[in-house]
Amino acid sequence: MNTGRIVRLAERNRAEVHFLLDGETCSALAGDTVLTAMLASGHALRSSEFGPEPRAGFCLMGACQDCWIWQEEGARLRACSTPVAEGMRLRTTPPESWP
Amino acid sequence: MSEASSSRIVIVGAGPAGIRAAATLVAAGLHPIVIDEGHRAGGQIYRRPPDGFVRTPEQLYGSEAAKARALHMLFDRQAAEGRLTHHAGNSVIAVHDGRLHVLGEGGVQVIGYDRLILATGASDRVAPIPGWQSAGVYSLGAAQIALKAQGVALGRRIVLIGSGPLLTLVGTQLLKAGADVAAVLETSSWRQQMRGLGGLAARPIVALRGLALRARLGGRYHAGVTLERIEANASGVTAMRWRDAGGRQRITPCDMVGMGWHLRAETHLADLTGCAFDYDEQWRQWLPKTDAMGRAGNGIYLAGDGTRLLGADGAEIAGRLAAAACLTDLGHVAPPIQADLRKLARLERFARGLARAFPWPAEMVRTLPDETVACRCENVTAAAVREGVDFGGGEANRVKSLSRSGMGRCQGRYCQLAVTELVAARNGCSPNAVGRFRGQAPVRPAPVGAFLRDE
Repeated sequence: MNTGRIVRLAERNRAEVHFLLDGETCSALAGDTVLTAMLASGHALRSSEFGPEPRAGFCLMGACQDCWIWQEEGARLRACSTPVAEGMRLRTTPPESWP
Repeated sequence: MSEASSSRIVIVGAGPAGIRAAATLVAAGLHPIVIDEGHRAGGQIYRRPPDGFVRTPEQLYGSEAAKARALHMLFDRQAAEGRLTHHAGNSVIAVHDGRLHVLGEGGVQVIGYDRLILATGASDRVAPIPGWQSAGVYSLGAAQIALKAQGVALGRRIVLIGSGPLLTLVGTQLLKAGADVAAVLETSSWRQQMRGLGGLAARPIVALRGLALRARLGGRYHAGVTLERIEANASGVTAMRWRDAGGRQRITPCDMVGMGWHLRAETHLADLTGCAFDYDEQWRQWLPKTDAMGRAGNGIYLAGDGTRLLGADGAEIAGRLAAAACLTDLGHVAPPIQADLRKLARLERFARGLARAFPWPAEMVRTLPDETVACRCENVTAAAVREGVDFGGGEANRVKSLSRSGMGRCQGRYCQLAVTELVAARNGCSPNAVGRFRGQAPVRPAPVGAFLRDE
């Protein structure tokens, strides 16, 4: 099940939460941040706008702003400081309608 | 009505400094407003996991568990009793004319203050290495937060690089939790570390505890290394290339690198309030000027790692002192301060010993290959920074506007010290002469919608 970047070392007995990532259903645990949830099954959060490399966050304390990602609804969020919630629809790329 | 009873005191930050400042004001019968980005008080060092997590403070904070527990209980009790107002999960994004602009879930609100205590803490001081923009490179603080607040490691095979006590601490914490730590690479040599001994003797037990932690790392720990580059492929980090103290080339396969050279004070808000700054030669960074109590003038007080990098114990003391200064200035009876001032002086001797033993890797930064990314927000290279100096001269803000380093999403928090070092090297002067990036509001990204109101 866990094929992503992060390794869960503790606190594994939490309720499962489901969310959509780029249209695919993914699962995480209640209390995960969006960053933890996304990196539990993936290796990156978004692509750099200025280089070829993917990005996966950097400071985890809301200072570096590396981990802003998109939601289907349009609004962006900072993945390291936003708790994941059931039914969230997240994107690693801007929605089609993004300016 | 006296000034004291009508004065509104706002504290920014609910780490050890902010919590102690609030408690000191509450004990004097005042009702402070505490604004903090965290969902629960504790700061980064004593950060608490979300509800539903079960590890004990002893498991989370080790030898510091009693301190963490005491701070959490004190703050939670005073908040529950209504003796302070806690705006959790809120960011102060601007300060102007005695008013704070505070971003929360409901948008931006304005909170006025008569006295302001800034306890904004610090973040990792990082230095660019070729490849550090790759996915899977994190700050040491990030590795620790992931473990404490989420119970996860940020990779399957981990290499930690940098200098200072946090490097060793994070290494042992990860090992203890069951992570695979392949190497812990300290850029300071044993000889350099011995130079800090005089200061480190100010806290012998803490120094010995540090050595004991290092022993637990065994053969993973290497001092006096030269860091060459972080190798990566399309999905992220694959290896760390480095040379050991004997000059032998080593390649350590890994999928995560954690980096940090001690701490960098978070000073954006102090800057916006107009505080004066001094360049500190030992900490190699610009720090706001205050008196021994933390007074910065104009009703502004500073406490904790956001002004002097003394660590969590020092932050608790500085928080009490800043609040005592505030009380005195408002005509209240303040608690005695002499013992705290003496303790703080001892912690400062220790911290300056640390700064000497585990220095900023100035030479490594000065000689970075041209193609190295210096600003990871916008992938501005060392070459672009050097060209900025050649074109516009050796002043920090001129180079900033020419190269865009420091104008990206982190607003220079993670590149400023490296960029000024590069500028100083190119210009043949000290970083002190280069100046510092001017802070700009908003100090956190704020969505346009946060400023809209439903009429």
